[in-house]
Amino acid sequence: MSNEKPAATGAGSGASRAALNVRVWRGAGEGSFQTYEVPRQESQTVLDVVTHIQRVIDPSLSYRFACRVGVCGSCAMNVNGKARWTCRTHVEKVAADGNLEIAPLSNLPVIKDLVTDMKEFFDKWARARGRFAGARTRDDDFARVMPDSPQRRNVDAGIECIGCGACYSACDVVQSNPAYLGPAALNRAWTLHNDVRDVMRVERLASVAGDAGCHACHTHTSCSERCPKQISPTLGIAGLKRAAAVAALSGEI
Amino acid sequence: MSVRAQTLIWLAQRASAAVLALCVMVHLATMIYAVKSGLSAAEILGRTRGNYAWFGFYALFVLAVAVHAPIGLRTVIAESFGWRGTVLDALTVATGIALALWGMRAVLGVFV
Repeated sequence: MSNEKPAATGAGSGASRAALNVRVWRGAGEGSFQTYEVPRQESQTVLDVVTHIQRVIDPSLSYRFACRVGVCGSCAMNVNGKARWTCRTHVEKVAADGNLEIAPLSNLPVIKDLVTDMKEFFDKWARARGRFAGARTRDDDFARVMPDSPQRRNVDAGIECIGCGACYSACDVVQSNPAYLGPAALNRAWTLHNDVRDVMRVERLASVAGDAGCHACHTHTSCSERCPKQISPTLGIAGLKRAAAVAALSGEI
Repeated sequence: MSVRAQTLIWLAQRASAAVLALCVMVHLATMIYAVKSGLSAAEILGRTRGNYAWFGFYALFVLAVAVHAPIGLRTVIAESFGWRGTVLDALTVATGIALALWGMRAVLGVFV
């Protein structure tokens, strides 16, 4: 590790072709952006940039990552104002001019620097009954789910969520209505709603309906825009709205 | 307010929006016709007084507004000021009743 010191905050925005001008959020609720100069590399990702800062320039920088290949969902951050998975975001794509601003995800408490507290995010999955509830035992035959059935197609469309929180960070409704379950939890509920083996359909609809649930969604589609897995939580939420409305009319919920 | 009630008022707002879309189009077309044709106030009143079709149409319009607007206002207030609960729900109902009364007063004004 070298003894390089970070450049002073506000070191200017002119980045050379050989170096990136990187502003990184430091601190928790109270804090500020600090500017670093990071060498440009070929095929460099935003996570590479953060890792370089932590390993070479300033070891006190806190951030979160694990797999580095877009599977674990732990490295999402705000990059130049947009929530992205940093391990699969190439610098060339988001900072062609050499300027990067990296901040923690929005709508979540910041523990330190780029690390957010994901507790509320995952608690909302639990509140949305995001857990499979089956009735079969090991003595029963396998459930037969046709791959081209409408329900299975709905599940396929939403099942690849990696829980990165990019959608939650981008959601305007979470910002103005903190009780709102958010796109990820509702997307999870939608996949389970369409799982023909699940037996908690009505209870789940009751959990995801109303002012803190799917009916609070304004269909801004920011979640769908920002999902790195190209999932559209908006579509799933629309499906939940309809299903819950029918359930309310029929007195099921 | 129960989750079922929250869901039903969401549904009521969507349904009333569909009614409003139709009512606004008919209303605008009527206004444009009245202005283009140079109808006087007396001529307009001559067509609306005792006309149950216009009365029914505008009564429906007022009812849709009285349902739609307060529910939207409830959401705007909750999201803008964090104000939620029984008092806000009571204000929503009061706003709906007020809009219905004022609206029907106007409708009756051109019917009777």
